[in-house]
Amino acid sequence: MLHYLFRRSVALLATLVVASLIVFLVIEVVPGDPASYMLGMNAQPDTVAALRAELGLDQSRTLRYLHWVSGMLHGDFGRSYTYRTPVADMVADRLWVSLPLAIYALTLSTLIAFPAGIWAASRRGRLADSAVMGFTQLGIAVPNFWFALLLVMLFAIQLGWFSAGGFAGWDSGVLASLKSLTLPAVSLALPQAAILTRVMRSSLLDVLHDDFMRTARAKGLSARQALLRHALRNAMIPVLTIMGLQFSFLIAGAIIIENVFFLPGLGRLIFQSIAQRDLIVVESVVMLLVFAVVMVTFLVDVAYAWVDPRLRHQRR
Amino acid sequence: MKWRSIVPGASLVLIVVSAALLSYLWTPFDVATLDIRHRFTAPGAEHWLGTDHLGRDILSMLMVGARTSIAVALVAVGIGMGIGVPLGLLAAARGQSWVDELIMRGNDLVFAFPSLLIAIMITAVFGPGAVNAIIAIGIFNIPVFARLTRGAALSLWTREFVLAARVAGKGALRISAEHLLPNITNLLIVQGTIQFSLGILAEAGLSYVGLGAQPPVPSWGRMLAESQTLISLAPQLALFPGLAIVMTVLGLNLLGDGLRDWLDPRMRRER
Repeated sequence: MLHYLFRRSVALLATLVVASLIVFLVIEVVPGDPASYMLGMNAQPDTVAALRAELGLDQSRTLRYLHWVSGMLHGDFGRSYTYRTPVADMVADRLWVSLPLAIYALTLSTLIAFPAGIWAASRRGRLADSAVMGFTQLGIAVPNFWFALLLVMLFAIQLGWFSAGGFAGWDSGVLASLKSLTLPAVSLALPQAAILTRVMRSSLLDVLHDDFMRTARAKGLSARQALLRHALRNAMIPVLTIMGLQFSFLIAGAIIIENVFFLPGLGRLIFQSIAQRDLIVVESVVMLLVFAVVMVTFLVDVAYAWVDPRLRHQRR
Repeated sequence: MKWRSIVPGASLVLIVVSAALLSYLWTPFDVATLDIRHRFTAPGAEHWLGTDHLGRDILSMLMVGARTSIAVALVAVGIGMGIGVPLGLLAAARGQSWVDELIMRGNDLVFAFPSLLIAIMITAVFGPGAVNAIIAIGIFNIPVFARLTRGAALSLWTREFVLAARVAGKGALRISAEHLLPNITNLLIVQGTIQFSLGILAEAGLSYVGLGAQPPVPSWGRMLAESQTLISLAPQLALFPGLAIVMTVLGLNLLGDGLRDWLDPRMRRER
């Protein structure tokens, strides 16, 4: 296990280094000088030069890259070109919206998908199974931002139960905040739940014919008991893998959904920063999200190997 | 008989594709002409699906928008296959070597960037546009096809007919092209269909947030974005583009499922 952990950690580190190089270089080739952009068209050349020095833009590329990376490792993401405030503070503020939204959506999709998948698997070939599968087929095809619009039409405009957008802020109470995150979380959770239901169902069906299931039935467990006690545990590995992979889609989805509901999260921050050419913010947020995706994949892989020792020696 | 889903799937796809093709020759109304006096017309005899806030015919816009969606998704799948399949074949041919390792780690790296983040970075550099959407979705497709191809090719390399070809003196390149590729075509067609449907969804998402095709080119995603502020005034504007997306994606998914069961009987598991 230690050897496996070491090998995976080296790969993780390499991925992060290369990813940070790519992000840095892509943002480097953007035409235009941030300093002259910040100061406007009528700026004096020496003012621009002074600001360039202040922002560290007069240093060599290699130095700036090293500075950026070592800063991030210390939690210092640099200073926003537009607002002159530390990027880390802006990100931290937004994270308090994006992270709860992601967790909320993940919880909802799990709460929907697990029972639905188990139910469909236990009634394979019957009406309930076909109904669940039909719904998942539809759930995969519905774009989450359109589903969000439909939810707004029904629950915000017709029924008036929720507001059509905006975020209450955690200061105004946990319940009010969760309420303003509910429609976004539901629209994010739908496609995830649809995929997860299918994985849960097929992974359960895969183990239903295994020998240990026959043994479980033979020792007197009912089909339902055997399913819940023995099949479920064995079916969980593919399900957990897919949940890890879905994290990347969850992030992409959240960026779009935040725009539908005007939520002040990381997704909105990226788009505002692009519009304002505040590239250091774009750079740092993209890197942060890539870091999150890579870390989740890594943790899922490690958890996987921990649960199933056979995988430690396998090469992908 | 799950392969029967080919029929409804193919029908839905056929409707969308013919609507897109027809739009080159004829649309009920011209999508470039604004007719402010007839804005927000409800669906009826003249405008089947109504008009938008500028008086444009929704049905005509959906037809032209289908072109954008299909073109972006199709080219993106082409990029993914064009680069991913050769990479996967190469990785399999040089299995367990540093070439293989390099290609697979490169794949992991691309997987670390959600397609939307790629699109955002490209947009930050070059500005928004349909071409950038194609590149972003295309890049995301490369590792999908590379992995699939490598996995399938690796198992084929151990088969007798490949051994026979090696004995006959064929090199890795010829074996990959002449013997492996034909054997994985079915797999690629099925995955291509699925990536195509994911591409339609991704394009819609990108153009919804303004990173896809730019005005005046109609696109389903932007129609939805424009409808959002008018949602209480004219809800039908938000309805039809969404239905068009669902119809296309659903059709492609059904087609993909059906094709998989039809082309590869081994996959026809007892489900």
